[in-house]
Amino acid sequence: MTALIAAPPSAPARLPLGTEERTFIARSMRHTVRNVESLLMAVVLPVMLMLLFVYVFGTAISPDGQYVTYVVPGIILLCAGFGASSTGVDVANDSATGFMDRLRTMPVRSSAVITGHVVASLARNLAATAIVIGVALAIGFRPTATVGEWVAAIALVALYILTITYLFAAIGLASGNPEAANGYGFILLFLPYLSSAFVPTETLPNWLRGVAEHQPITPVIESIRGLLTGVESGNAPLVAVAWCVGIIVAAVAWSTIMFRRKAGRR
Amino acid sequence: MTTAIDVQGVTKSFGRQAVLAGIDLRVTRGTVFALLGPNGAGKTTLVNILSTLVQADGGSARIEGADLRRDPVGVRRRIRLTGQSAAVDELLTGAENLRMMGSLAGLRAIANRRRTAELLQQFGLTDAADKPVKAYSGGMRRRLDIALSLVTVPQVLFLDEPTTGLDLRSRLELWDVIRSLRAEGTTILLTTQYLEEADQLADRIGVLRQGRIVAEGTPTELKQSVGGEVVEVRGSDGRVLHEVPTDGSVHALRAALDAIDARGLTGTVGLRRPSLDDVFLALTEPDAEPNGHSDPRTDTGADALVTTGRNHR
Repeated sequence: MTALIAAPPSAPARLPLGTEERTFIARSMRHTVRNVESLLMAVVLPVMLMLLFVYVFGTAISPDGQYVTYVVPGIILLCAGFGASSTGVDVANDSATGFMDRLRTMPVRSSAVITGHVVASLARNLAATAIVIGVALAIGFRPTATVGEWVAAIALVALYILTITYLFAAIGLASGNPEAANGYGFILLFLPYLSSAFVPTETLPNWLRGVAEHQPITPVIESIRGLLTGVESGNAPLVAVAWCVGIIVAAVAWSTIMFRRKAGRR
Repeated sequence: MTTAIDVQGVTKSFGRQAVLAGIDLRVTRGTVFALLGPNGAGKTTLVNILSTLVQADGGSARIEGADLRRDPVGVRRRIRLTGQSAAVDELLTGAENLRMMGSLAGLRAIANRRRTAELLQQFGLTDAADKPVKAYSGGMRRRLDIALSLVTVPQVLFLDEPTTGLDLRSRLELWDVIRSLRAEGTTILLTTQYLEEADQLADRIGVLRQGRIVAEGTPTELKQSVGGEVVEVRGSDGRVLHEVPTDGSVHALRAALDAIDARGLTGTVGLRRPSLDDVFLALTEPDAEPNGHSDPRTDTGADALVTTGRNHR
């Protein structure tokens, strides 16, 4: 092996703004496309669940055959949860393999690696949402939304995806290994079942109703339902946005602390 | 002789456990310095501190003039670290890994492609360039790992146990890489548990034990520090039966031969230079004093180092 470092290119003193973000977003998008398992998990599982709920439980829950219209907003959130959960694993993996430590010893904004994972999750989940809505339309979902309402609904879904992705990223950093991140993430995936996603909260026993009505997923679902199918949703959109923004702020702060604390510890 | 790495009194504790108990170290620009020590001696902690990953509790250090505490970003501009586990992206190909590091170093697309191709070739990875790293062998991963640190060439390269877990062939290949880097002027600080590795690669060696540098010098100096020559007795099967270190004087040699007689050993007697194994064992055995080790079974003097029945290269 000769002339290993012959004529090495010289690096600029300062990186152009956004170089790290662009690099890591490209990286995470490649991961998304190559990680077939999590891609399947993000799309196929919610579609299967939707078919299960509509065709197996649907008639029992709602004999008029319109259960699909009720359940689609819940399925969209469930889908976002599955799709975002792999972010926790990805982040934990970067931490466990030493990839993050390598970045920390370089003159770059290393925390941008999280941004890369988050943006990829957003793209992946919006695509999965589109597929879920497509399948839903094919099996009888009949939204009444105007273009404006569609835009608002999609914006809210995007906000929810960001929220849960940042939360998973923080969990991934805190847990430090992919298996643990996966385990903790499972708890979050359970939340939609304890909300108005599949049945109206009025039908739940009192104590469970308290949980369901005061957790962040119910107002998000109610808002999307309101926007897409014209059901009265009251102040749900405000509550939903407040929850999401609050959780994002907390999760970003938590990630920042964890990101610093984990330096050099594997 | 310009100092590339200058470490003064660096200390670090995790909880109540002192991991580094005051490290002083100087590495001359363009040389290879090996930190040699058993597991848990504090090698990785020191490398992590010098590469800005972990903050020292006390002391100071400069890397090519940049102060670790006051100018960590300046330090990062001057160094690269290849850590213990291969920190490569498994889902990307080798070429993509290199190009990613190239963009992070601010290389423009054309320069980035050219540099990637160069490094792939120089590290023998051209054929595997477009395969995902998942499919790489341990040796290939390690080579890529080091190549990733060389996309732009750092003034100082830290290698934390670069050959641990590699087979012999991969180890020898990596040694070649390290030698060529040194030949081209990069200062290298590497950690290793392998004496042979330190002996082969390093200009100077620091032996780290329980958070202290207990000996420092060139490989030759360290070998001399344990005594002049070692008298060894080999059985008819060539196995080393007994070893007695001497200071090289006639008197000590006679005493050594008397000691061998007194033990009733028969076999062929030979003289050899002490190996780094002798140094290492003398300095890193838990009950050893930093300046020597005496074996109560012999009577060749208090500062002698005696080992029995081990095979030496």
